[in-house]
Amino acid sequence: MKPVNFDYARPKDVAGVISLIGDESRVVKILAGGQSLGPMLNMRLVQPDLVVDITGIEELRQVEDRADEVGIGGCVTHSDIEDLRVADVTRGALPKVAAGIAYRAVRNRGTIGGSITHADPSADWISILSAIGATVTLRGPDGVRSLAVEDYMLGALEADLRLGELLVSVNVPKLGPAARWGYYKSCRKTGEFAHAIGAFLIDPDRDVCRAVFGATESKPLVVSEAGDLIGRTGERDLAQGFDSRRADELIRDNGMNDPIDRQIHVAALRRALEQSGTV
Amino acid sequence: MAIAEVEKQGVGVSMLRKEDDRLLRGRGQFVGDVRLAGMKDVAFVRSPIAHARVKGVHPPEDLRSQVVTAADLEGVKPIRAVSGLAGFKPSDQPVLAFEKVRQVGELLAMCVADTRAAAEDIAARVELDLEELPAVHDMIAARDKDAPLLHEDWGDNVFLETFVDVNIEAAFDAPIKITREIKTARQSMAPMEGRGTVAYWDKRMEQLVLISGSQMPHIVRTGLAECLGLGQHQVRIVSPDVGGGFGYKGILLPEDICLGWYAMRCGHPVRWIEDRREHLTAGANCREHHYVITAYADRDGKLRGIDCEATVDSGAYSSYPFSACLEAAQVASILPGPYDFPSYRCRTWSVATNKCPILPYRGVARTGVCYALELVLDAVAREAGLEPHEVRLKNLVQPDQMPFDNITRKHFDSGDYPEALQRAIEAIDVKAIRERQKRGEENGRLIGVGHSIYCEQGAHGTSVYSGWGIPMVPGHEQATARMTPDGGLELRVGVHSHGQSMETTLPQIAHEILGIDISKIKLVHGDTEYTPYSTGSWGSRCAVMAGGAVAAASRDVASRARKIGAHLLQVHVDDVELVGGRVKGPSGSVSLEEIAHTWYRLPQNLPDDVDPRGLEGTVGHKPKRDTGTFSYAAHAAVVAVDPENGDIEILDYVIVEDGGKLINPMVVDGQIYGGLAQGIGTALYEEMNFDSSGQPLASTFADYLLPGPTEVPAPRLDHMETVSPYTEFGVKGIGEGGAIAPPAAIGNAVNDALKDLGAELVRTPMTPRRVLEAIFAATNADSQDHSDRGGRT
Ligand SMILES: Cc1cc2nc3c(=O)[nH]c(=O)nc-3n(C[C@H](O)[C@H](O)[C@H](O)COP(=O)(O)OP(=O)(O)OC[C@H]3O[C@@H](n4cnc5c(N)ncnc54)[C@H](O)[C@@H]3O)c2cc1C
Repeated sequence: MKPVNFDYARPKDVAGVISLIGDESRVVKILAGGQSLGPMLNMRLVQPDLVVDITGIEELRQVEDRADEVGIGGCVTHSDIEDLRVADVTRGALPKVAAGIAYRAVRNRGTIGGSITHADPSADWISILSAIGATVTLRGPDGVRSLAVEDYMLGALEADLRLGELLVSVNVPKLGPAARWGYYKSCRKTGEFAHAIGAFLIDPDRDVCRAVFGATESKPLVVSEAGDLIGRTGERDLAQGFDSRRADELIRDNGMNDPIDRQIHVAALRRALEQSGTV
Repeated sequence: MAIAEVEKQGVGVSMLRKEDDRLLRGRGQFVGDVRLAGMKDVAFVRSPIAHARVKGVHPPEDLRSQVVTAADLEGVKPIRAVSGLAGFKPSDQPVLAFEKVRQVGELLAMCVADTRAAAEDIAARVELDLEELPAVHDMIAARDKDAPLLHEDWGDNVFLETFVDVNIEAAFDAPIKITREIKTARQSMAPMEGRGTVAYWDKRMEQLVLISGSQMPHIVRTGLAECLGLGQHQVRIVSPDVGGGFGYKGILLPEDICLGWYAMRCGHPVRWIEDRREHLTAGANCREHHYVITAYADRDGKLRGIDCEATVDSGAYSSYPFSACLEAAQVASILPGPYDFPSYRCRTWSVATNKCPILPYRGVARTGVCYALELVLDAVAREAGLEPHEVRLKNLVQPDQMPFDNITRKHFDSGDYPEALQRAIEAIDVKAIRERQKRGEENGRLIGVGHSIYCEQGAHGTSVYSGWGIPMVPGHEQATARMTPDGGLELRVGVHSHGQSMETTLPQIAHEILGIDISKIKLVHGDTEYTPYSTGSWGSRCAVMAGGAVAAASRDVASRARKIGAHLLQVHVDDVELVGGRVKGPSGSVSLEEIAHTWYRLPQNLPDDVDPRGLEGTVGHKPKRDTGTFSYAAHAAVVAVDPENGDIEILDYVIVEDGGKLINPMVVDGQIYGGLAQGIGTALYEEMNFDSSGQPLASTFADYLLPGPTEVPAPRLDHMETVSPYTEFGVKGIGEGGAIAPPAAIGNAVNDALKDLGAELVRTPMTPRRVLEAIFAATNADSQDHSDRGGRT
């Protein structure tokens, strides 16, 4: 299990990356923390001609404080977030979830941009960031575009990344003071792929109520108007109760046929809700 | 004062491990640490298909000299591990496959280059022409008449069938009859260090040297020499530090033979370090059992008989030296466990499938047997309306029956099984758990308590293994004790430590007899050049066999040292004793240092009739009976099952263990902890699945789950010390026990938790999905038919 021979570049800025990764004549892979790419290289599941290491780029390690959101650079690591080296605007959601990703050694290297680009359905960032309503900013030869995290992920191990593009930042909205969140991951041990994830956010000040069924076969199922699901009637109301039958129908209608899968996903979401103190 | 100090090092003392000074500082020397000038790396081309005809293996023309195929291996014999049991069908495991491949990962070619990466580049360019055949992936279907055949000349897929019947018909009228179909998953034993071998030809010694982490260097030497057609003096096996073995490192691998063959011809050392994908998919497989087991009992829980059909998935080949039938054939003889009942029948099959050969893994066969029997006993208890421990106490062999020959003529040397069980039941506090169950849990989880008890036959010797007739039958175990001129001691043994702490425990035994400070006693092992022949480390035998041999050799040296000492003191030898490293006479004493100094450096001061063998001796040892020591333990577990998502949490775990006299109780505790971790892996996590074309589905530790530190609770340990009447100091083998009982104890606890739902789990690992499937099946069965006993998954 050793990688094939490849060339290696470590550009100093994003423009340098873009000029290298747009080359159609070669197989080029971006390397961030290497926690997913490394094993894939070793198992020769990817056999690149060139690996472009983006961890030397200052811009990608920075956090930009904007009016109603923060832009977290693509190469910010899980432990940067866990240890609050990145200011938290999510009332503890991101640091808490970060601390539950893999082991410390993986968190020290693994990056937020790498995780959502790798697009593993059972990964943590993709689910919690979808619940929070985060977006990603991509930069490429044709300029910049932004899209919602859940739209960036196209399916299992597939991100909407065009030739020559890289993810430069993940933009996380600042939650209101009354916001509550919950996150529940069904898995037996650290490092195991989650069997089910439930994530939930209610932010009355911004009139946001979102629920996510994660760790499905493909991308997470995001309910962007989740009020119904929890019996919420007015703008500032909290929940009356969780409608598990509706939740079950919802995921069945979205193709989850196995009743055991549905049960653990509904349970995960209900536990996320309970954790948020909403039901 | 000095003596008091010294006494703290002998048998029974929890000394820190000598080897840890090296290992914990990262100074161990494993195969992967060996650096030799000019060494090249090997990568193997392995079959991507489980069952196929080999039409061609085509190395790239420009790299022909760096690739070895079967056609090159002229004169190399296949690996053949026969069993003497009647009806056994031998298999030839080719070193490199030609005609056919019979498992994914089977070797087709060996590629050699300066680095492993470059060798893998070559391997990727070797073209394979394989004609796929239907694969046998299910051991029960493998016995069908029209199943595809692995070894065509056999006419079926059965290595061996065995049958025993002791008056089973007498049990048929029992009022309770419980039948279960029980399965243990195929597993991969997972030592931290995988296999690995460095091979070179030593021109001066005219010897092939293999440096390979091995539990049984002498057996590997014998097998390797036979396959390569070498004299055994032409082969030397060096086993350096070994990062865990668990059975896998006892096996002679085709990889070893390839490297040896190549090293004899190429003029430089070659190295193969197994990677984890090779380990999981091509090498280390174990444990896959299937039982249909029936317990007959009276209403009061008294067992009338056990009837069982057991099948073991033996994989494609009979591996060397343990053979393909060790597991299944053992099942029949050990299934009765520590119970005394009058009727018994067992039929077993060792079945060939297109998977890795099944290998012995810590607790060989016992883990599956214990799981099957103990689950059925709990089902009997539920049927009889009794507490499971009440049923066990009715049937366990009693202390006053010792020594006891059971229904399969296993000879139990000693022990008090009911006492162990009772202590476990008290420690886990079954009463309190029953109260807690009545109250229920706020979070909706279901609590269950379960236990299991087993016996572990260790150090079984000639009389047992000659019956199996496999390539390896242990006889006397030998040890050499040799005093050094400065009064230190070297011990040479043919067993090898792969985590057993023998660099500490064997010196403790020598210290007990000679009184030499432990820091001056060095264990030499792991090298066929320096040590007496031995079958090696397996079967919980080292403490009993090598420990006994070290005691005998130490006594031998002690008697000669006493004679020299008596001469130096000018008294009769009957008037001296050896205490605390000094030979003491009626007045005055002389130290072992002085005695050694005299023998080696001042021979002019020795008496004329001195024993010319001096202060060195090799002595062989067998216990007074070689049918094995019987250690045992009762395990008890409390679990919480989450009926919504199927999670299982272990809340409490108790082990009451009896290993006879413990040489070093701390080391025993360590063995139990490690075994428990593996047992929890069997119970809840580890599973090597295959699809219907025989493809292994787990190739990394992301797919093959092992328990980690957060999944293994700190068990509460209690020791009993019922000495064996047959061994030195009364020790018993305990190396495997920790891994035997946990699946049964945890399984019974889970079933206890689920009993009100009518759900029952009867296969390992007990994954969340299987828990939920059992609950779903029970719920559905319930809504259809209330008398049905519910789902079993
Ligand atoms: C033992 C182990 C356990 C784990 N457990 C968990 C877990 O519990 N939960 C969890 O969520 N994850 C887990 N992971 C995955 C881990 O979080 C990885 O860090 C993450 O998936 C990838 O991030 P990375 O920075 O290492 O990316 P890399 O491995 O470097 O790259 C991953 C992919 O993303 C691409 N890429 C990376 N950065 C960019 C960018 N800025 N723009 C465009 N493309 C980019 C790469 O080309 C590659 O295709 C685990 C990993 C390991 C090894």
